[in-house]
Amino acid sequence: MKVNRRRFLQGTAAAAASVGGFAPNAWAEDPISVASIHDLSGGLDIYGKPMVDALTLAVEEANAAGGLLGRKIKLINYDTQSNMQLYTQFAQQAALKDKVAVVHGGITSASREVIRPVLGRFKTLYFYNTQYEGGVCDRNQFDTGVTPAQTVEKLVPYAMKKWGKKVYVIAADYNYGQITSQWVKKYVTENGGEVSSIDFFPLDVTNFGSTISKIQAAKPDFVWSALVGGAHMSFYRQWAAAGMRKSIPMASTTFAVGNEHIVLSPDECNGMLVCYNYFQDLKNKTNEAFVAGFHKRFGADYPNVTELAMGTYQGFRIWAEAVKKAGTIDRIKVIEALETGISIDAPSGKVTIDPPTHHCVLDVHIAEVNDKKLKVLEDFAQQKPSDTAAVCDLIKNPADNQQYVIKI
Amino acid sequence: MNARTLNFLGMGLVGVIGVAFLILTPRFAELDAVLELTIYMIMAILALSLALIWGYGGILCFGQSAFFGLGAYTYAIAMFNIGESTVPLLLAIALPAAFAALLGYFVFYGRISDVYLGVITLTVTLILFNSVNSTAGPEFHIGVARLGGFNGIPGIPPLNYPGNRTAVIDLEGMFYLSTAALLAIYFGLRLLLASRFGRIIVGIRENERRAELLGYDPRAYKLAIFTIGGALAGFAGCLFANWGNFVSPTIFGLAQSAQIIIWVIVGGRGTLIGPIVGCIGIQWLTTALGANQPSGSDWWTRLLANAPLVLGIILVAFVLLVPKGLVPTLGDFGQWLLRARTRRTTSALEPKQAEER
Amino acid sequence: MDLIALLAIQVLYAIASLALISVGLAIIFGMMRVINLAHGEFLMLGGYAAIVATSHGISIWIAMLVVAPIVVGIIGVIVEMTIIRFLYGRMVDTMLATWGLSLFLVGLTTAIFGNTTVGISAPLGSFQIGAYRTSGYTLFVIGVAVVVLAGIFAVLRWTRLGLIARGTMQNANMAAALGVNPPRVYAVTFGIGAALSGLAGAVLAPVSGVFPTIGVAYVAKSFITVIGGGAAILSGTVSASALFGTINQIATFATTPVFGEVALLATAIVLIRLLPQGITGRFFRRGL
Repeated sequence: MKVNRRRFLQGTAAAAASVGGFAPNAWAEDPISVASIHDLSGGLDIYGKPMVDALTLAVEEANAAGGLLGRKIKLINYDTQSNMQLYTQFAQQAALKDKVAVVHGGITSASREVIRPVLGRFKTLYFYNTQYEGGVCDRNQFDTGVTPAQTVEKLVPYAMKKWGKKVYVIAADYNYGQITSQWVKKYVTENGGEVSSIDFFPLDVTNFGSTISKIQAAKPDFVWSALVGGAHMSFYRQWAAAGMRKSIPMASTTFAVGNEHIVLSPDECNGMLVCYNYFQDLKNKTNEAFVAGFHKRFGADYPNVTELAMGTYQGFRIWAEAVKKAGTIDRIKVIEALETGISIDAPSGKVTIDPPTHHCVLDVHIAEVNDKKLKVLEDFAQQKPSDTAAVCDLIKNPADNQQYVIKI
Repeated sequence: MNARTLNFLGMGLVGVIGVAFLILTPRFAELDAVLELTIYMIMAILALSLALIWGYGGILCFGQSAFFGLGAYTYAIAMFNIGESTVPLLLAIALPAAFAALLGYFVFYGRISDVYLGVITLTVTLILFNSVNSTAGPEFHIGVARLGGFNGIPGIPPLNYPGNRTAVIDLEGMFYLSTAALLAIYFGLRLLLASRFGRIIVGIRENERRAELLGYDPRAYKLAIFTIGGALAGFAGCLFANWGNFVSPTIFGLAQSAQIIIWVIVGGRGTLIGPIVGCIGIQWLTTALGANQPSGSDWWTRLLANAPLVLGIILVAFVLLVPKGLVPTLGDFGQWLLRARTRRTTSALEPKQAEER
Repeated sequence: MDLIALLAIQVLYAIASLALISVGLAIIFGMMRVINLAHGEFLMLGGYAAIVATSHGISIWIAMLVVAPIVVGIIGVIVEMTIIRFLYGRMVDTMLATWGLSLFLVGLTTAIFGNTTVGISAPLGSFQIGAYRTSGYTLFVIGVAVVVLAGIFAVLRWTRLGLIARGTMQNANMAAALGVNPPRVYAVTFGIGAALSGLAGAVLAPVSGVFPTIGVAYVAKSFITVIGGGAAILSGTVSASALFGTINQIATFATTPVFGEVALLATAIVLIRLLPQGITGRFFRRGL
């Protein structure tokens, strides 16, 4: 072991702690470092904060249960301040300076594509825990979020059966919005319906007046929203203020990820349909225990455990499970353990790694917004990431390393 | 010792420290430190570009990020289409320079100055931001390079040695390149400013009307300096695209533009070394504030582990306590020390001199 | 026909909101040459003040129209006395200071309120124009803008305060020689500018929502409006808002919001190129 100043200080600190009798446990070796790289300030903190809280809880739970391989887990927490340049810098630091066993992080697809090559180059395992557009095929990366084939495929027919066949799509103008709206179009057409228009909005647009008039002119049976972020929340307000909520209903696979259903008043969003892997009110033993633990740690007034927070929690749990199975934190051995199709019993139900795509097989649920809560209406067990699976097979081509644009 | 010798001494000191830094860092620092220093060097070049046109040219440009971003995007797009980096590198300098020349012609020959100029440049960079930001669809591409909208362009191929596309410049090479470029640009600008051209530029900054009456055309000189600044910013953008292999529209955004101005103000306008110091200092501070965040939600962590809050307090305190900027204040302090010493020696000599008379 | 009426309302609304978000800045910049980069955060604070007041049971109208301007006005006076006061005549330094202030306010609001704040929804319901429904609140925003602008006109034109403010703006030394206390005038003016920003932020809160980083969405646009308008506070703001708002809304309706935004910005560039002192540098020169 190379002794440098940091190691030395850690050693003395540990010695001091044990002499003083503060050490809660006698840890066999150095701690295992895990890096978290998320936006905790700036415009994206609304997504990042819950993710880091969930990760913190997961690490603390693991440590309370005796750590991993007899070693304590140390969470190194980076705040990228909604700044892409810092993603590169912190990914480099995590890989080279902290020499972490795994990085959990990245929120937008842009930030993922910044981190991914850095961690690939410096051989550090990477977990991306956000729902996204699908198609990433990289042996060094695991994705625990849902992709459009897992949610859009279920929600489109459900909403069409309920409301009708003519759909107006409004989406955030970036990769995720563009691709998701194409999936919506595909499933609407397959179910015998029609998409009357797809409108895209840059993420900083706040005035939707003319769009609302355009939608009224088109008279759709329902509106599909793939709007994202704080600025876009004003669409729902202006929609309700124009008195449209009661006449044209809405479905979405982005709403509520940023706690929109809590920020908006019930009058502005009740009755909206959403589809995700996790809802805080899921009725199962694991989830009830989890929510109780979460509230104990972060306060009972915590707004809501979001989809992304649960993705991060489950991501860490799956990684920890793989480390136990591999018996080491060696990157290749852990990847091999994950590629056995490892699974955990998570708050959202059973979550299994799909070996060829490195994505997850998991349960999804359709829910309705109801007075600041999400009421689960229907469950779909064990959905496969079939979109990514159409283009990616890492068992056959382990050297593959790119994000595919899936032909829809 | 007078101001002139002090000036030369300072320049020599910068040279010695710079070269030592260039040679020694990769030998002694670990790779992550080298990578981090590389980005500081690249951003320092960007800071220099504004130091030149604002600190010396007196042109308040709120849109330096426009040239920086254009350089980065130009390099990325050209690189995907060409594959060999010599031409993309040159384009990444030439295109922003041409754009700066065009914009400069538009504003300077329209006799726009002061804060109006600031707003025009800001508006230009925001137009670029809005336009590039809305190119997410697959229909937006230049050659084989997709513009990618908000997500930007990932996986940009790195620079190679001229003429040999397989000999890619590695991470340490990037450090050498950026640092050497920074030093070369710094000394190049010192030379430029010491020349007749540089003196006229400063003269125009001091009193445009008088310079004009003496027969110089301020518009042409401003245009020239603005174009040089655009070229430097474009070059920095090209290096930036190389360093992270990535570029996205936020490079054109308000935060980025403001940040460059902040570097120059913090370091001190009217110096070249100041903005470099300011840039490195602020970058380091931003990184340090984001690293190793404590996790928790009690009040203290919420206040202390709050990067914008802490950075904001530091900036406000700075402007109130160090109003001239870092380097000029240090310079004043040094001169004050010198003067104090001379004063003491002269006062000690005085009685004796009196006797001699 | 009903579509044209609807479009007219939307154009008026765009003008009104642009004028509302800019007028506070116009006062602060026009009178004191302070480039207030924390302007967006003043608007944001107005939104929060209204939300907090409403959640404590105060009527939404009082919260928006009374509480928000008072709270932000007081914050403005404090900021003037602790920071800005030391920076008059140093326009560049005010940029750095207010940028720092803007970061500080964003950080502080996040620390206090977190990032999931329950908003307020627009009162007044909706009404029908032919085949279209639109929000009644839109008309309210237009009304507020008209009242605010008329109020500023009245104060500047007919009151002693307005006279002193105009005098100090033109020549602070002369005003001081005539017995005016410029520091106090500056503090009051800065406070009024902040209060108007707070009012605008509160009135727009039900439309665009409130979160700590929303200020960025406002600051650049209000700056461009103020500079495009030129030296005269009132006629400058109104004429620039009218021009930019109309172009933005029509372009948005005909094409996309991005194009509307770009059209606004491009108009601003052409405008400043043609009228280097802003609109009121050439027209309405005797306006306020």
